[in-house]
Amino acid sequence: MSPLLNIAAEEMENPLIPPVPELVIGLLAFVIVFGFLAKKLLPNINKVLEERREAIEGGIEKAEEAKTEAQSVLEQYKAQLAEARHEAARLRQEATEQGAVIIQEMKAEGQRQREEIIAAGHAQIEADRKAAASALRQDVGKLATELAGKLVGESLEDHARQSRTIDRFLDELEDGAEKAEARR
Amino acid sequence: MSADPTQVLAFETDCHIFDGCGFPAPGLHSFLFEPIVGNADSNLYFNKTMLLALLGSLIIVGFFWAAFRKPKVVPGKLQMVAEAGYDFVRRGVVYEIIGKKEGEKYVPIIVSLFFFVWMMNLWSIIPVAQFPVTAIIAYPAVLAFIVYVLWVSLTFKRHGFVGAFKNFSGYDKSLGPVLPLSMAIELFSNLLIRPFTHAVRLFANMFAGHTLLLLFTIASWYLLNGIGIAYAGVSFVMVIVMTVFELFIQALQAYVFVLLTCSFIQGALAESH
Repeated sequence: MSPLLNIAAEEMENPLIPPVPELVIGLLAFVIVFGFLAKKLLPNINKVLEERREAIEGGIEKAEEAKTEAQSVLEQYKAQLAEARHEAARLRQEATEQGAVIIQEMKAEGQRQREEIIAAGHAQIEADRKAAASALRQDVGKLATELAGKLVGESLEDHARQSRTIDRFLDELEDGAEKAEARR
Repeated sequence: MSADPTQVLAFETDCHIFDGCGFPAPGLHSFLFEPIVGNADSNLYFNKTMLLALLGSLIIVGFFWAAFRKPKVVPGKLQMVAEAGYDFVRRGVVYEIIGKKEGEKYVPIIVSLFFFVWMMNLWSIIPVAQFPVTAIIAYPAVLAFIVYVLWVSLTFKRHGFVGAFKNFSGYDKSLGPVLPLSMAIELFSNLLIRPFTHAVRLFANMFAGHTLLLLFTIASWYLLNGIGIAYAGVSFVMVIVMTVFELFIQALQAYVFVLLTCSFIQGALAESH
């Protein structure tokens, strides 16, 4: 029997007993893999994975930030718009009210001025009439005196006729004044 | 007809059915290789499995070297693939079982274990190599031993001597009179059976898978004579089916191996109850 056959025979009886050289090689092979992966390659990739994660998360965070900012700006605009609308409505309302008040005031003022003017007119007319009446009185007195002078100069004997003439004259004057008064 | 363990191929090429030649069934001899260098007697030798093991680790290192040596924030194709694998183990296994905070420290060893085991399994269906390194107990045993040392030392570091003992034995006062028995069983199970099953689970799966593949491969060849050709076709279809199945099992066993590793570490870190 060859030595190999001896070993084979021994091992064939129990495949669960590990040959020492293979244990050593197995350990060596695994240590090679573990050494390279644990010491160099996996730290390498971990670093890159971390960088990538940060890059992605950074991007997401930035996008998130921009979104919230846009949101807040939009809300601000909306608020401003609403405020402006409110303000406009208020102004319109105010203007309407003010307009109404002004119209009211103008009407009152117009009324007042009209009445004033009318009153002034009345007063003026009254004054004019009074002035005219007094002037007339004076004229009448003068005329009467003149007439009297003439009458006295002409004849004194026809005294009775003279006094009738004066009376008639004054009556006529009175009539005329009354008629004028009635026409007004 | 006894198999010759020194043969290069897993079976004799001139042996067919109806030729007066018995079926050269695969067996333990299919897992033994003549040393390429050295003498099998002297414990100083180098054989196919060792070559595959070292080659496999170089392939893993080479792959990750190419992918992660100068990693970029915007990854290339290779980096993306490697990242997917890395992320699968990191998130899918380590974070899932140990948790992100505690687990981060163990990511490198778990990732190394996963890809190492997977690669060693993959050799099973890589043409020319066609032998799962993990079907030799030595390789799973080394890995299981490393894991064992890791979680046992972690338990002592985390809980102190008494705490670790309680942790190993599943100490629980409420068990009452059964406590000693329970503790004995738990100690035995955790400290002796656990590393053994951890290694053997992987070993046996790959061993059986390889045996099945061999069985159908040999049968395909052996039946290739006369009427047997029809059966050879069936057998060859089975070779294809089993190859695909093995591809799945290889990844699954690597996953299970690291999953268990994580659960051992998690158990070591867990607060004592």
